Amino acid sequence: MIGLQHYLVVAAALFVIGIFGIFLNRKNVIVILMSIELMLLAVNLNFVAFSSQAGDLVGQVFSLLILTVAAAEAAIGLAILVVFFRNRGSIDVEDANVMKG
Amino acid sequence: MVTVILLAPLVGALICGFFWRLIGERTGQIVSAALLFLAAGLSWYVFLTFDGVTQHIELLRWIESGSLSTDWGIRLDRLTAIMLVVVNTVSALVHLYSFGYIAHDENWGHDEPYRARFFAYLSFFTFAMLALITSDNLVQMFFGWEGVGVASYLLIGFYYRKPTANAAAIKAFVVNRVGDFGFALGIFGLFYLTDSIKFDDVFAATPALATTNLHFLWADWNAANLIGVLLFIGACGKSAQLFLHTWLPDAMEGPTPVSALIHAATMVTAGVFLVCRMSPLFEFAPEAKAFIVVIGASTAFFAATVGLVQNDIKRVIAYSTCSQLGYMFVAAGSGVYGAAMFHLFTHAFFKAMLFLGAGSVITAMHHEQDMRNYGGLRKKVPFTFAMMMIGTLAITGVGIPFSGEWFGTPIGFAGFLSKDAIIESAFAGGSMYAFTLLVVAACFTSFYSWRLIFMTFYGPEKGDHHAHEHAHESPLSMTIPLAVLALGAVFAGMVWFNDFFGNHETMAHFFSLPHEGGHAMGAIFMGPDNHVLELAHESPVWVSLAPFIAMLLGFAVAYLFYIRNPKLPAQLAEQQAPLYRFLLNKWYFDELYDVIFVRSAKALGALLWKRGDGDIIDGSLNGIAMGIVPFFTRLAGRAQSGYIFTYAFAMVLGIVGLITWMSIAGGTH
Repeated sequence: MIGLQHYLVVAAALFVIGIFGIFLNRKNVIVILMSIELMLLAVNLNFVAFSSQAGDLVGQVFSLLILTVAAAEAAIGLAILVVFFRNRGSIDVEDANVMKG
Repeated sequence: MVTVILLAPLVGALICGFFWRLIGERTGQIVSAALLFLAAGLSWYVFLTFDGVTQHIELLRWIESGSLSTDWGIRLDRLTAIMLVVVNTVSALVHLYSFGYIAHDENWGHDEPYRARFFAYLSFFTFAMLALITSDNLVQMFFGWEGVGVASYLLIGFYYRKPTANAAAIKAFVVNRVGDFGFALGIFGLFYLTDSIKFDDVFAATPALATTNLHFLWADWNAANLIGVLLFIGACGKSAQLFLHTWLPDAMEGPTPVSALIHAATMVTAGVFLVCRMSPLFEFAPEAKAFIVVIGASTAFFAATVGLVQNDIKRVIAYSTCSQLGYMFVAAGSGVYGAAMFHLFTHAFFKAMLFLGAGSVITAMHHEQDMRNYGGLRKKVPFTFAMMMIGTLAITGVGIPFSGEWFGTPIGFAGFLSKDAIIESAFAGGSMYAFTLLVVAACFTSFYSWRLIFMTFYGPEKGDHHAHEHAHESPLSMTIPLAVLALGAVFAGMVWFNDFFGNHETMAHFFSLPHEGGHAMGAIFMGPDNHVLELAHESPVWVSLAPFIAMLLGFAVAYLFYIRNPKLPAQLAEQQAPLYRFLLNKWYFDELYDVIFVRSAKALGALLWKRGDGDIIDGSLNGIAMGIVPFFTRLAGRAQSGYIFTYAFAMVLGIVGLITWMSIAGGTH
């Protein structure tokens, strides 16, 4: 029987993968965007799991909201990425260090 | 009327000091001098008509704090009346004298204004001194005490372009602070014990003080004795007694009228006045009185020995002042406050006169002060000579011994009566130490006073011929004060002898002494067990004769040394070279203090400055600002890699940390 615990473990695993995707990745900014999506999905999974567990639909409504926001965010992120590529000619993470102190 | 006396000099000082540009220097001088003469005239009126009942005049509420309530008030009793006369008379005459003395001062250029400033300082000094002597409580007295200190500082350093004058002014100020510290502690102690600083309250509480113990420094002390000694330390500083005397001779750097007014007649006697004023306290403090007698007698002797060999005319008189102040303290310490005030009174006249006479000689000799360059001046400045002669006769104590039994009052110059009164009191007080030293000092006094006369006015002309040819008598404004003071030097003793000392009944009336026991609300208080005065009146013949013989001896030796055989002093100085040098260098007090206090203070200052301030404070600030802070900024700068993943990593670490804390310790709960 698959219970709440399994869902949470999967969600936590996805979240951690997302985190490591952000700061172990040295190559590509698109990977960072994908990792963020992964983390958002992990959170969604948690919402849905708890929602079904508690019998409360608010969690599922929230997950729909998050999906919407994530879509918008992905669009904006990709747009920034395109502009960034036009300006710098590269989308390597290594090159994005203008803020270096 | 006393209010007018008190405020007239202040008004004069303010007008002359701040508005002389409007009214002109000359007018300013005249205004301040005229107000002083007004004050002096009123003082004599008050003195002569005073009925002996203590009066309190409240002028304004001054300090209110907790149980401390201080009025600015005037206490008019016999002591105040005496001091009013002394201060205002001498001050008025000095104002007059200064017209002539500073008319053409070579320390200043032709177009430089300095006269109004001088007069303003003089008037300000007089006001501060009056505030001191008229005060009804210790705090106002302390105000006056510090006020005269400031005025003294300003006037000693009047020639502020001379480094020596500035040094002397600073020295006077600093040495006085040492004494003032004692005085302030005494006031604190009295307030602590009696919860009041009003004289009447303090005096009423003195019998209780005699049985109280007070913990101070490392031990318990009898409160009356402790406070007596502390107050006396204050008096020591102001009156240049032994160990705190070093400022007085240096103070002669100031203009001569200042020396006459401040450092002979008035300010330096403030200490004696303080002891007499606090007589109800000192009557219950036998050890403190014994201490005063010892210090006073030692000072009288010490200063007289130094005076023997000094060559600067003003320094001789300065040491003479120091010595005479010692006499006054011996009288006060013996419990015969009347005799102390008597000598204060007569001394003011003849010592101010000697100083003003010396000033006249100095002016005549174009600011030459070394007596070795004088000689034969009696024909050049006959009037000054006559006045100096009267002053010398007064200070050495010339008179007819035992004439008191025939005429009711002894016949003699002022110093004869007052000094003999003190020496008899010292004998009656039971201190052979003081008596012996005072008689020896009387001999020395006579010697150095006559030495001054002989070196200055007799013998061949020495030094600069030019100065001798141009020596001339001083203008009228300088000779009139001399003549007036001469009257005092001759007659002050004989006229008031019975009131101050001679006759117990007239004295009791004069000072409003309580008749039998009880507590004094009069000017001075002499305890029921204090029979020194009666004993002094019944001194043996040889005691009364001793100072007279000492005086004759001093005169004879001076005559031998400086008239008959002028080579003797040099021979003697050569024979007794170590002793001569010891005296000439003032017992090496200045050198000793230089090593003990000045150098060590400077070393401590240098240590604190170079090590403490330079190394520790500046070093730590510089170290933080230029070493540690940049180090951390470089470190923090390096943490800013600019890579997004580094920041994300830091955020995750933070979240992990927070969650760990939450789950293990439960957060803030």
